[in-house]
Amino acid sequence: MGRVRRALAPYLLVLPGGLWLLMFFAVPMATMLSLSLQEGDIVNGYVFTGHWQTYVEAISDYQTQLIRSLVYGAVATIILIVLAFPAAYWIAFYGGRRKATYLFLLLLPFFVSFVLRTISWRLILTDDGFLLRPLKEIGLLADGFHILGTPVAVIGGLVYNFLPFMVLPIYVALERIDPRVVEAARDLYASPITAFRRVILPLALPGVFAGVLMTFIPVSSDYVNSEVLGSSETTMIGQVIQSQYLSSSNYPTASALSFTLMAVLLIGVFSYARALGTEDVMKVAAR
Amino acid sequence: MFPTDKPDPSVLRGMTQRRFGRRDALRLGGMSAMGAFLAACGVQGQGKPQASVAPDAVAKFWGGKAKNGKLNFANWPLYMDPKKPELKKFTEKTGIQVNYDEVIEEMGPWFAKVQPQLSAGQSIGFDLMVITNSIQFGQFRDAGFLAPLDHSKLPNYVANAAKSYAQSSYDLGNVFSIPWASGITGIAYDPDKIKRPITKLADLWDPEFKGKVGMFRDLQELGNFGLLAAGLKPAESGEAEWRKAAAKLREQKDADIVRQYYDQSYVDALGKGEVWITQAWSGDIFQKNVSDGTNFKFVIPEEGGTIWTDNMTIPITAENPVDAITAMDFFYEVENAATLAEYINYVCPVPAAQAAMRKHAAALSGEDKEYLESVASSELVFPGESDYAKLHYYVDFNTAEEQQDFTKIFDPIVLG
Repeated sequence: MGRVRRALAPYLLVLPGGLWLLMFFAVPMATMLSLSLQEGDIVNGYVFTGHWQTYVEAISDYQTQLIRSLVYGAVATIILIVLAFPAAYWIAFYGGRRKATYLFLLLLPFFVSFVLRTISWRLILTDDGFLLRPLKEIGLLADGFHILGTPVAVIGGLVYNFLPFMVLPIYVALERIDPRVVEAARDLYASPITAFRRVILPLALPGVFAGVLMTFIPVSSDYVNSEVLGSSETTMIGQVIQSQYLSSSNYPTASALSFTLMAVLLIGVFSYARALGTEDVMKVAAR
Repeated sequence: MFPTDKPDPSVLRGMTQRRFGRRDALRLGGMSAMGAFLAACGVQGQGKPQASVAPDAVAKFWGGKAKNGKLNFANWPLYMDPKKPELKKFTEKTGIQVNYDEVIEEMGPWFAKVQPQLSAGQSIGFDLMVITNSIQFGQFRDAGFLAPLDHSKLPNYVANAAKSYAQSSYDLGNVFSIPWASGITGIAYDPDKIKRPITKLADLWDPEFKGKVGMFRDLQELGNFGLLAAGLKPAESGEAEWRKAAAKLREQKDADIVRQYYDQSYVDALGKGEVWITQAWSGDIFQKNVSDGTNFKFVIPEEGGTIWTDNMTIPITAENPVDAITAMDFFYEVENAATLAEYINYVCPVPAAQAAMRKHAAALSGEDKEYLESVASSELVFPGESDYAKLHYYVDFNTAEEQQDFTKIFDPIVLG
C-alpha cells in the first residue's frame, strides 16, 4: 500500500501543474494549429482542410514585418545587454548594504502599467512636447523633426520596457560569484581586465543567456510599443497578428503567423544556445 | 486594442457642464444656417438584395416574448451625456431598468468578442448594441446574429425617422437595425499651422504637409478616401477601382506625406501638433474644440466625404428583446432625439428634432442660447441636401470574398 502511494506521489504532485499546462497550453496550441490549417470566412465558418498554403501566403505577405520584428528584437536585446550588464555589475559588486534598495529603485517604474509607461513616452517624445519644442525653438532641430513614429522610438520603448528582465538575471549570476575567485585570479597575476574576461564574464554568461531568453522572445513579438510609439513604417509582426485576428477576422492567417513566429523564435533560441554550449548554460541557468 | 487616449469620464463630465458656457463652441456657428429643412433626401440606396429573411421570421422571433423590466445596452464611448438624462427618463416612463455599458470601441474587436457566444446561441449579456455599417455589420447580418425588427413595435421610428434611412444599402428597409446617429468623415486641420483654407482631398496629398498628414487605419475609411481622391465613386467600385485607390494611397505613403494611420487617437495627435491635417469624424472635432478650447476646422472635401451610420440592433440571443425594442423606439421620440443630438453633435436621424432644438434654444438666453442655435443649424448635425450630395456611403460587399479582397488590397498600406 505504502509502496503504491509512494510510486504515485510524483504523478499526483505533477497533476495540478500538468492539468494547467494541458488546459492553457496544449489545448489552445492544438486548436490554433488546427485553425491555421482551416479555410473559410467568419460568416460561413472555418472548415479544416489541411490548407498549409496559408503559411506560404502569410509568410510571403508579411515577411517585411516578420524580419523587421526580429531585427528590432535583436537590436533591442543587444542594447539591453550593453545597458544592463554595467548596471547589474555595479549593483552586485559595489551595491554593498543597499543592494536591495538599488534593485527596488530599478523596479520602481515597473509598478506602473506597461501600457501607461509607454504612453508617457509618447507624451515626452511628442512633436511639440517639452523635449522637442525648446530644441526646435532655438533652431537646433527642423520644425518637421520627429522621433515618434520612427524605429528609434519603438526600439527605445522596447529597451526601456524590458530593462529589468535583463538586469535581474545578470545580477543574480554576478551576485553568486565568489569574490575569492576573482581574488585568486588577481593573485595569479591576472590584470583586472583579464580577470573580468576570463573569470567574471564566463560565470555571468548564464545570466546573460537567461536575460536574452526573457527579453528577445517577448520583444520580438511585442506590439504595444510599435502601436503606441511607432507608425506604419514600424509595424511589427505582433500587430499584424492582432489585426488579422481582431480587425480582419482572418483566423487562419493569424494562427499561421503565430506558429511561424514561434518556430522562428525557437530555432533562433536553440541555435543561440548551441553556439554558447547549451548543456552547461542551461544547467547553470536552471541552478 | 489598447485605448491610447480615452478621455477620463470626469473630464467628459466637466465638458458637459461647461459646454454651454464655452465661447469656443460658438465657432461652430460659423457654419451657415441651413435654409432647407433636413429630410435627408440625398442618401442613395443601392437597391441591393438583402440577406434573405424568411417572411415569418419576425413573428417567429417575437412570438411569446414579453417585457422583463430590464435592459442591457452596449454602446460606444462619448455617445450619450454621462449623466444619462434620456435613460433616466426612459426608466421613469417604462419602469425598465437600464444597464448602460460603453464597451464598443472598434467594430472588428467587438465582432471577434461576441461572435463565439452568438455562434453557440448564447446570450452576449446585451440586449441592444449600437454597431456601425462597417464590414462587420454585414458579418453580423449575414451570419444571422441580428434579430429581425418588428416595426409594429416602433411607432415613433415609423413616424419620425428620416425616410432615406430605410433605403440604406447595408440594411434595406431597416429589417435588422435603425440608426442611432450618423457621422461624416471629412478633413480636420489646424488653422494655426496651415495658413491657407483647406477645401479638397488633394490637400491631404500636398507635399507641403509632408509627415504632418493623418489618415485613418480603418480600411473602409481609408479605402473610400483613396477612391474619392482618385475620382472614383465608392458605391460603384469593384476590385479594379480598389487597386487604383490603393495606388493613390501608396503614392501618398511613399512620398512620406502620411505621418500615421490612426484609430481614435487621431484627435490627440491633432491636439499635440503631430499632424496638422487629418481625416476626421465630424463630432469628434466639435467635441475637441468644446472641451479643449482648440480652434480646429472641419470640412467636407469638394471631392466628397463619407457618411456612416451607427445602428441600434438586437442580438438574436438577447434575453430582453422587448425591452430593447421599446428603448429603440424611445430614442425616436422627437424630444429625446433632440436632447441626445444636443449633446453628441452627430447627425440626428429625426428631422423634426431640429425644430425641437430651436425651441429649447428659444427658452434659453445668452451664450447657451447661441450654442444651441448653432447646433440646430449645424450642417454636421442636420446636413442639408447640398451636403448629402457630397457624401458617400461605404463600399458595399456582395460576398465574403469581395470583402477579403478589399482587405487584402488596403491592408498592406496600413501595415507597411
